[in-house]
Amino acid sequence: MASTLADLKSLEEDMLAQIDENGIREITYRQALQEALTEEMTANENVILMGEDIGAYGGSYVVTRGFQEEWGRERVIDTPISELGMTGVATGAAIAGIRPVLEIMTINFSLLAMDQIVNHAAKISYMFGGHFNAPVVIRTAAGWGQLGATHSQTFEAWYAHVPGLRVVMPSTPLDAKGFLKSAIRGDDPVLFIEHSLIYRNRGPVPTEEYTLPLEGSEVRREGTDVTLISWSRGAILAQGAAEELQEEHGISCEVIDMRVLRPLDTDTVVESVKKTNRAVIVEESWRTLGLGAEIAARIQEDAFDYLDAPVGRVGSLEVPMPYARNLERLVIPGKDEVIQAVLQALA
Amino acid sequence: MAKNVVMPQMGYDMDAGTLLRWLKSPGDTLERGEPMAEIEPDKVNIEIEAFDSGVLAKTLIEEGETVPVGEVIAIIGEPGEEIDDVPAPANGAEQAEAAEQPAEPPAEAPAQQAVQERETEPAPAPEPERETPQPATAEAPSGDRVRASPLVRRLAREHSIDLSQITGSGPHGRIVKRDIQPYIDGEIEIPIAAPEEPVEAPAEEERVVREAPAPVARPAAERGEVEVQELSRMRQTIARRMQQSFRDAPHIFITMSIDMGKAMELRKQINAEIAADDPESEVTVNDLIIKAAAVALRQFPVLNSYYVDDKRELHDNIDVNFAVAIEDGLISPFIPDADRKTLGEIARASKDLARRAREGGLRPEEYAGGTFTISNLGMFGVDNFTAVINPPQVAILAVGAAKMRPVWNAETEDFEPRFMMEVTLAADHRATDGAEAARYLQHLKAMLENPMRMLAG
Amino acid sequence: MDTGQLLDFYRQMYLIRRFEERAAEQYAYGKIGGFLHLYIGEEAVAVGAIAAMSEKDHLFTHYRDHGYALAIGADPNAAMAELFGKETGTTSGRGGSMHMIHPERNFWGGYAIVGGHIPLAVGAGLAIKHKKEDAVSVAIFGDGATNNGAFHEAANMASLWKLPVVFLCENNRYGMGTAVEYASAVPQMLTKAQGHGIEGEIVDGQDVLAMYAVMQRAVEHCKSGKGPYFIEAMTYRFRGHSMADPESYRDREEVERFRQNDPIPLFKQQLLDAEKASAEDFERIEAEVEEVVEEAVRFADESDFPPPSTIYDWVYFSDGEVGKEPERG
Repeated sequence: MASTLADLKSLEEDMLAQIDENGIREITYRQALQEALTEEMTANENVILMGEDIGAYGGSYVVTRGFQEEWGRERVIDTPISELGMTGVATGAAIAGIRPVLEIMTINFSLLAMDQIVNHAAKISYMFGGHFNAPVVIRTAAGWGQLGATHSQTFEAWYAHVPGLRVVMPSTPLDAKGFLKSAIRGDDPVLFIEHSLIYRNRGPVPTEEYTLPLEGSEVRREGTDVTLISWSRGAILAQGAAEELQEEHGISCEVIDMRVLRPLDTDTVVESVKKTNRAVIVEESWRTLGLGAEIAARIQEDAFDYLDAPVGRVGSLEVPMPYARNLERLVIPGKDEVIQAVLQALA
Repeated sequence: MAKNVVMPQMGYDMDAGTLLRWLKSPGDTLERGEPMAEIEPDKVNIEIEAFDSGVLAKTLIEEGETVPVGEVIAIIGEPGEEIDDVPAPANGAEQAEAAEQPAEPPAEAPAQQAVQERETEPAPAPEPERETPQPATAEAPSGDRVRASPLVRRLAREHSIDLSQITGSGPHGRIVKRDIQPYIDGEIEIPIAAPEEPVEAPAEEERVVREAPAPVARPAAERGEVEVQELSRMRQTIARRMQQSFRDAPHIFITMSIDMGKAMELRKQINAEIAADDPESEVTVNDLIIKAAAVALRQFPVLNSYYVDDKRELHDNIDVNFAVAIEDGLISPFIPDADRKTLGEIARASKDLARRAREGGLRPEEYAGGTFTISNLGMFGVDNFTAVINPPQVAILAVGAAKMRPVWNAETEDFEPRFMMEVTLAADHRATDGAEAARYLQHLKAMLENPMRMLAG
Repeated sequence: MDTGQLLDFYRQMYLIRRFEERAAEQYAYGKIGGFLHLYIGEEAVAVGAIAAMSEKDHLFTHYRDHGYALAIGADPNAAMAELFGKETGTTSGRGGSMHMIHPERNFWGGYAIVGGHIPLAVGAGLAIKHKKEDAVSVAIFGDGATNNGAFHEAANMASLWKLPVVFLCENNRYGMGTAVEYASAVPQMLTKAQGHGIEGEIVDGQDVLAMYAVMQRAVEHCKSGKGPYFIEAMTYRFRGHSMADPESYRDREEVERFRQNDPIPLFKQQLLDAEKASAEDFERIEAEVEEVVEEAVRFADESDFPPPSTIYDWVYFSDGEVGKEPERG
């Protein structure tokens, strides 16, 4: 059992979640995930959790803390360090009729499981003529923080490339909870990508139960001069940059959070670019062949006659992530890089 | 030697930790590696171990207290060292670098989400076929492509605007929306592109006039090395417009000599008063001429008009362009309402416009307009010259140098030196005629020879 | 075992044999494209093992899977049509030879990534245990797969969690063109399973009754909560790895030698010797099978290819409508 003080702290955190008359309160991204998992495990006894160190350790990002005590080892399974094997096990269990939610500690490690994700989970429905499905949910996390080259990558572009997968990367607690519930209830394999640096972000989440369909992008901020496009932590960065651009430069940015990366809906983006005539895409992955390249291609396809400037892309420097803090700061795009790109688009 | 114990960084997104409990009390001995306290960095409890052996001299925070990473929380001293003697440590300065958050701080929660309503209206009307040849959007004969954004190209098509007439202010000289916007908004009337719909074949005689000039035959005895120069964008534009103007508008040229003695005197007085404190307001001869020409135009609205489609379009406003020589060409910004501005205002405006013209910083709305143009070659010592009218304007005033000349004084029956300047007005004979042009020049002359009238007007 | 059951074993093996031989012929005619991995010589393994499986059990196999599909009850018409790529095939022309299925009996497919399906089978074992079903999950794979990481990770988890998984290894002595002694440090694949704490045995894969018996033992072991079981069935494929295999890696003499151990004539002889069946029984069976296979070829020929308009079907299993009420209880 955790120490008394820790429990009190947890309670305090819960009490701090304010509830207003509309039944909305603010909780953290992490809490939103916990609520989703708890609700789905309560509703369906066939929902189980699997992953490395999700049980006794509580999860490397503390998402599943307390879950094994609550649900037992049968429903919260600590796996050996076997990314490939455990992803196949989760997929096979889904084929055979239960609803596993697998945690792959970070998206860096998902490379070990790529065959199972791409060649198996993503293919089951199509390859077998739609006779059965593999409704497995794989939770993983992008992120960085002086963790070195093999622990600081993000591969949503690789997975969003694959037909048969649903890939989501929510940036808000509201989206996180709604998406995760839908992913678990849905009948398709879902790659649910979190971000280690936004677990503590707070946001409004209804107290009553809800789900969100795994589709569509959202306009987070309306504007007229340029369309900023991003997802996950990048979407939050873009909103921050938009604030500064408005205050310091008088530039009005429309910010779109893609949220769902496959299927990728660029209708909202295209409409926005038709209004603003300029677009800048912000991503944490390397620019080359990142998702930004796809979005830029679609913008020039669908809004060519509305473009007043080339579509800009902001991404990480094309290097394996270095350890030194100052170098790392250079690699990951920050507010300044976004602002520069916007100014460039308006030149 | 006392050693500080700090709240450690455990996890890259940890910025503060809470001390849950001390596992040792002040006075206890410590072995290196021994657990000494329990902290909670982020929902998980961990023990921190002593990095040094010694005696736990002081604890600096209470159980339950939360402090930022890097802050000193205890001091380890030598066995036998008096606790009171241990100095208060600097704030972790000598310790390992205070681990500030290495990563970007968790971004603020986003502003309230706005849900984008999906439009359900049908797709916009299809654009005209890209393949349709656009006669006016110039692929210049030299192959120098007009740089324009796709948006601008579409707008140019839709509004029949000739992109070759527009200067781009975007990167690489690209024409971007703000460059074309004034034309769309109707603030500026030129340039006009040839219509997209195929025009009716012009009548036989007109076709003769509109035919491209016959190719120039090269002299049979041509000799020497030739350097072929491609014309710049601007040069091409000037070439095209001047040719069109000279060809379409029958120019008549009327010259008048003007005694500038009093005007120069007035100028000296004004500058003595103002320009010493404010060099920007120094009035030049050209500024005087602009003012005088503008005021004089009030009586001659025809000379202030546009000739378009066999019609004269009279303007209330008198906006005077003045030519500025720039690298490989010229550009003519205009001073709006020149007749109503003071000499000081004209002086400041002309300086600013000229400077920015030379720097390439003029905006379209500053030069793509105007109702009457003045061109001054006086600084070269030119006596007089003839200028080409800027269509669709109807007149242009060519100004020469003011020079001392002998002028016949009928009273004294002798020549006397007077400061004379020759101006030549070119006028479009479709819109006006010699008599009117001559009367205008009389007015202008009267104004400049009695400059008080121009100030009073 | 009664005659009826024994003759049924024979019929199933013979059906597989004739199906495969006809498929090879049709491949040569260009009706079948891509890969065609024939099961000829190994029929006893599929028939014996699958006969000991119940309807609730789950099956995941490698890509040499026509035999499994037929043994577990897939319609030969649909199987042949699938090889021809027709919409009437087992997966409507989407999977082809390597991805046969029979969902009615929880046969969730042949898989083309060597070893990749083994974790899936262990996952089904996890589901069985979770739902407390009286069933086992069966993974069938070759000797080559036991050198693959997927096998070891899956075996470890099955053993660790005591999952009801039968690991059925068909050791046909070659991984494509590499003899087992050049691929595996240990000569028997069972050793590797034992390294993960998994019990098992080695059997003669050409003996259909031995296969049946060992499978029964394996199922019993798993269902009694003892964890997974590993069966190493020693067998041989008489044809190449697939149609394009020039078989440069083994001698003609060796193949001939192993052909003496053909499970089908061996079993026939066994039954005849034991007077469990007559020559007429076999003739009748063989003639009937001949007709079935002939019909399958004709059916496949006459079926249509999948309409191009359906090319996007089933990329996702759902149409995205989620948020339905979850199952309760």
